[in-house]
Amino acid sequence: MNKVWLIARREFLSRVQKKTFLLTTILLPLIIFVFYGLIIYFSVKNTDAIKIAIADNAHVFGKKIESKGEIQFNFVQNETLNSLKAKIAKKEIDGYVWVNKDFKLQQKDTLSFVSGKTIGLMTRDEIQHKINTSLEEQRLLSSLQINKTELDSIQKGNEIKFATLEGKEEKEVNDAKAGVSFGVGYAAGFLIYIILFIYGTMVMRGVMEEKTNRIAEVIISSVKPFQLMMGKITGIGAVGLVQFIIWITLTITLRVVLPTLIPQLQETTNVMNASGAQAVETVKSTGVLDTFMHGMNEINFPLIIGCFIFYFIGGYLLYSSLFAAVGSAVNEDPQDAQSLLLPITMPIIFGIVIMTKAVNDPTSTIAVFGSLFPLTSPIVMMARIPFGVPITVPYWQLALSMIFLILGFLGTTWLSAKIYRVGILMYGKKPTWKEMWKWAMR
Amino acid sequence: MPYILQLQSLKKHYATQKAVDDISFDIEKGTIFGLLGPNGAGKTTLLRMVTGILYPDSGNIILDGKPFNAETDILKLGYMPEERGLYKKMKIGEQAIYLAQLKGLSKSEALEKIKYWFKKLEMESWWNKKVEDLSKGMSQKLQFVTTVLHEPKLIILDEPFSGLDPVNANLIKDEIFGLAQRGSTIIFSTHRMEQVEEICDHIVLVNLGKKLLDGTVAGVKQQFKENKYHLQLANPIQEVSASAAFSILEQKANAYTVKIHDGYSSNDVLQYFIQQHGTIAAFNEILPSLNDIFIQLVDGTKSVTRAFEPVSA
Repeated sequence: MNKVWLIARREFLSRVQKKTFLLTTILLPLIIFVFYGLIIYFSVKNTDAIKIAIADNAHVFGKKIESKGEIQFNFVQNETLNSLKAKIAKKEIDGYVWVNKDFKLQQKDTLSFVSGKTIGLMTRDEIQHKINTSLEEQRLLSSLQINKTELDSIQKGNEIKFATLEGKEEKEVNDAKAGVSFGVGYAAGFLIYIILFIYGTMVMRGVMEEKTNRIAEVIISSVKPFQLMMGKITGIGAVGLVQFIIWITLTITLRVVLPTLIPQLQETTNVMNASGAQAVETVKSTGVLDTFMHGMNEINFPLIIGCFIFYFIGGYLLYSSLFAAVGSAVNEDPQDAQSLLLPITMPIIFGIVIMTKAVNDPTSTIAVFGSLFPLTSPIVMMARIPFGVPITVPYWQLALSMIFLILGFLGTTWLSAKIYRVGILMYGKKPTWKEMWKWAMR
Repeated sequence: MPYILQLQSLKKHYATQKAVDDISFDIEKGTIFGLLGPNGAGKTTLLRMVTGILYPDSGNIILDGKPFNAETDILKLGYMPEERGLYKKMKIGEQAIYLAQLKGLSKSEALEKIKYWFKKLEMESWWNKKVEDLSKGMSQKLQFVTTVLHEPKLIILDEPFSGLDPVNANLIKDEIFGLAQRGSTIIFSTHRMEQVEEICDHIVLVNLGKKLLDGTVAGVKQQFKENKYHLQLANPIQEVSASAAFSILEQKANAYTVKIHDGYSSNDVLQYFIQQHGTIAAFNEILPSLNDIFIQLVDGTKSVTRAFEPVSA
């Protein structure tokens, strides 16, 4: 064990002491954050306002149509088609809707909208939607002979309280919680997916180091191959952990610090948070952030974090040993590794696929299977857990999943150690998985 | 117990060939031992078994009187494989300490010994350089140091001189002698016979997994001698007539290469030339070079062909 520690320490220090380590660790999330921010910014905030004039010569619309965002509707009087066209030319308005004098409310005639420049698809949809909603409202009001307030009260839906049965107790389901669970689950599963890929390949390249430097024999004359393999896996894992922690703290600090520095971002970060949650539908004016926080409080964060750590470590150990086995078999050329990697990357991708189903239906058979099968459980189970233990994930499933994962990584480590032992000293033709299996059985 | 290493009926078979096929020999303490053989003979497999990298299919390895245990005997061994290498991007001083620690030395012990060797071989200025900054000869010197610095009782060097210029080769050779004098035993695997003659006390020749020769250098030469002698006269004599005692193989001016026939001795030859009024200037035996012996034994035997088989040597 002492030797494993020595090797792990060297692996850790040799990577962490490099200047590039600090650079990538800090720069990368910064870049991603800025990038993400820009995307949200541009998708949410459209720079140009679109002014639309409605010449309601038949007086079919009500008093006004609510403007939304960049689309502004203005009712104009006493304009002709020509004057409107002139206004477009003068850029006073961007477009107009001409309602003929003889337009009947009950008819479903086509209304024409003329614009000076091309209007994007999404904006066109918005305009269509807004106009139609307004017309529909008018139709309802006139045929039912009621006023707007009465109409509003008819249209307002009842709130339905969702509750699940826990034994004999009814436990209320918080809509916000469901939405946030979705988001957290998805994020957690995805995070594990990325981690497995990045650090798995890092282990593989680390293992190839002894072969490319041709120092394998020297090291193996001093330590057992198993010790070398575990040392590398542990050392590189530690690097990953440190990087991860730095990223998390950085992201949290940025999220907290930046919005206060730049008030505009506050708005967009609120939108960012809400976009994952279905809670947006049910929230009216009570501030998106509030509901989000309320939902967050409902979620058992200590459990999630604890499980995340477990699945992060378990998944890493399981997959990194497989990556190490591949690394020991190839010679110097990373290209060779590609075809050998396929059977390892398949289950990981499979896990993500199951996960996308699982976040929508956490109790489905496929979700349960995915969260028990050790090759996919780190991703799938992590996605399910935020939905609640034991509500969505019974204790026995969680326990079973953890046991299987432990057995899983013990199994893959044993298998990989056998392959590693032979592969690390072998130079020559690139082996196939069939050959590697034979090595393991020696 | 005069033997540092005893190999008893070692066997290592692979699916396609017998790399080591029942080899036994003993190595005395404090000697410089040569393990010779052509490419593919089984030398590397043998050495890997001695160092615990591979396990024999059958047979025993006795190290210093006790059965060899790969885990506990690490400190007693030093191995410099033919496949030379060090971590290119790691600093030299740091790497030497790391490798020593892997062997089981403490950090302070390692530091002390490294400083000693670096000073001895004039490598002190290299401490903070990276291995990739060194020339090949320099990195081999470094590798040599990492192999011997824990003062192992048994040092195994596989082609230690390949790639070294004569100055460095000489340096290493002197160190090898020095280590042997201080009690270490050295196994030296090579193709270069002239070095073997210079350095080794005892040799073993293997081919196709089997042992072909086992003896001291002098002994082996005697085994293969062809009774050839070189005779130099100070003055020319008349034509030498046929003699029962010897035949002349070659003659150049006053120098003769003679072959002494069975049953006769060198004295017979000398007496003949003296009787012919010749003055002997020089007379010595021409022993076969190990190179010649090697070729004689190995040439013509079916060499091991490894056509597209992913089997390690």
